[in-house]
Amino acid sequence: MKMSDSAIVATGIGKTFNGNTDNAVVALDGIDLTVEPGEFVSLIGPSGCGKSTMLRVFGDLISPTEGTVEVFGKSAAQARLDRDYGMAFQKAGLFDWRKVSANIELPLELAGWSKDRRSYRSAEMLSLVKLQEFADHYPWQLSGGMQQRVAIARALSFEPKLLLMDEPFGALDEMTREHMQVELLRIYEQLGTTVVFVTHSIPEAAFLSDRVVVLSPRPGRIHSIIDVDLGKRDENTRESAEFFAMTTEVREALRSVEAMS
Amino acid sequence: MTAVARLGRSLPTRDGVRRSLRGAVAGLVALAGVVAVWEGYKWMGGHTDDHWPGTSFGLPVRTNDLVMPHANEIWGSLWDPVQRGRSQTLAGFLFQSARFTFSEAALGFVIGTIIGLALAVLMLRFSTAERGLMPWINISQTVPLIALAPIIVTWGRGTALSDTQAVSIIATYLTFFPVAVNALQGLQSPDQADLELMRSYASPWRHTLWKLRVPAARPYLFPAFKLAATLSVVGAIVGEISAGVKGGLGRAVLNFATIYSTGPEKLYASVLAAALLGLFVFALVSIVERFVDRNQIHNSNGSSGAGA
Repeated sequence: MKMSDSAIVATGIGKTFNGNTDNAVVALDGIDLTVEPGEFVSLIGPSGCGKSTMLRVFGDLISPTEGTVEVFGKSAAQARLDRDYGMAFQKAGLFDWRKVSANIELPLELAGWSKDRRSYRSAEMLSLVKLQEFADHYPWQLSGGMQQRVAIARALSFEPKLLLMDEPFGALDEMTREHMQVELLRIYEQLGTTVVFVTHSIPEAAFLSDRVVVLSPRPGRIHSIIDVDLGKRDENTRESAEFFAMTTEVREALRSVEAMS
Repeated sequence: MTAVARLGRSLPTRDGVRRSLRGAVAGLVALAGVVAVWEGYKWMGGHTDDHWPGTSFGLPVRTNDLVMPHANEIWGSLWDPVQRGRSQTLAGFLFQSARFTFSEAALGFVIGTIIGLALAVLMLRFSTAERGLMPWINISQTVPLIALAPIIVTWGRGTALSDTQAVSIIATYLTFFPVAVNALQGLQSPDQADLELMRSYASPWRHTLWKLRVPAARPYLFPAFKLAATLSVVGAIVGEISAGVKGGLGRAVLNFATIYSTGPEKLYASVLAAALLGLFVFALVSIVERFVDRNQIHNSNGSSGAGA
């Protein structure tokens, strides 16, 4: 089957919270989505559309009540056990008691890497996110943007095949956020990983993605999928007519979602 | 990037010295305050025939030298022979008694801490254990120690336990509780997001315990250890009195209470010794905490740095 070549194949995903009770909430319903290796896919939609739930189902943090998720031809659970996932959340989630370098080495420790290999890799990752001189700092000595870069370095340190990000730049100011987007694209292009990225920012989705998946709420369903092709992106891209056209297309899709609900 | 707060390691150390000095000064001021209130009250009672000034309401505690000996008499009695015809001073005797009680309390503290931590990990691992054990752990502390101590001593006599070991078990009974409750709270303190992160790394339960839960629990543990240390002294003294164990502060308090009318200052001095032993074990745990903290900088300075 061709399916197993894909990074993610989600078929008929449904997720109901508090099933069999009066408070049952259908978060996801009938989600079919395929993500190809090396693709950058954003999930966008109004709050309550289940975009975070979808990401967590892909990452085997929660199980779907219906349907199946295949990740590189395996079950999501197996992919998690094989350490195919790197994850980054809105809260950087660095451990206060570990220095920056030790935070990056955490997944490597868990994977049983030797000390030498770990410190070599964490140095490599720190230069990738341009924070070499902060290896011996504690996370709280860093700004929010720098913490988020460390979190990304940590997520990528063990070369996971799939990077799952849940509004990683959501807590940053606008300028830092745009800077981080360029950084993320640079790292993404350098490493060639696959990314699924949850956001509620229209320009962010348009700037970063190969495809933008627009979700509608209650229950969470895929409303439309928008292909984006902005080619090589930099800060100038944000002022281009193509970028403006893409954000408009995403915005109109979101407006029609709101008109429906 | 250059404007990032570079809060060096020397800072917490200097803070630590300053904090210790401030603590010592505060302790002396507090002691002086207690002596001043004691003597002031005594002086007032002496002038009003034990009544509140200008009223006919009697003072709650009489102020004569038998009930309230002068602070300097209590201090002075420390350097007198503990008993007529013996060369050992009261201070020396109390120090020796305190050492005896300390060794019982220390054993109780160590065992209680181990049991408390083990219970916390067990309750963390198995939620059924938490539901099943927690009520009993709480009930255990509602049983008066005075009632329980003779039972433990009696049981001890039925086995190979010496009476001093039975006293340590009584101390254990008081110490395991704060450790178990606080450790469980600390181990459960990490965010859902942190736990999900560990899950995404396919971290086995024991690695999540060591690399996330235990370090996260550290701020919860030391307050519990401090409380447990002082409780271990209380438990040891109560245990000695219940078990009739000779050699410790419990017996000293009991003895000096029976000869109170001929030497009230000796009872006060032994109570003072018990309080000092409590402070000593508290300080001991604080020193260990400082040592563990040496390379650990707290987040209290906030996380606001420069822009990325």
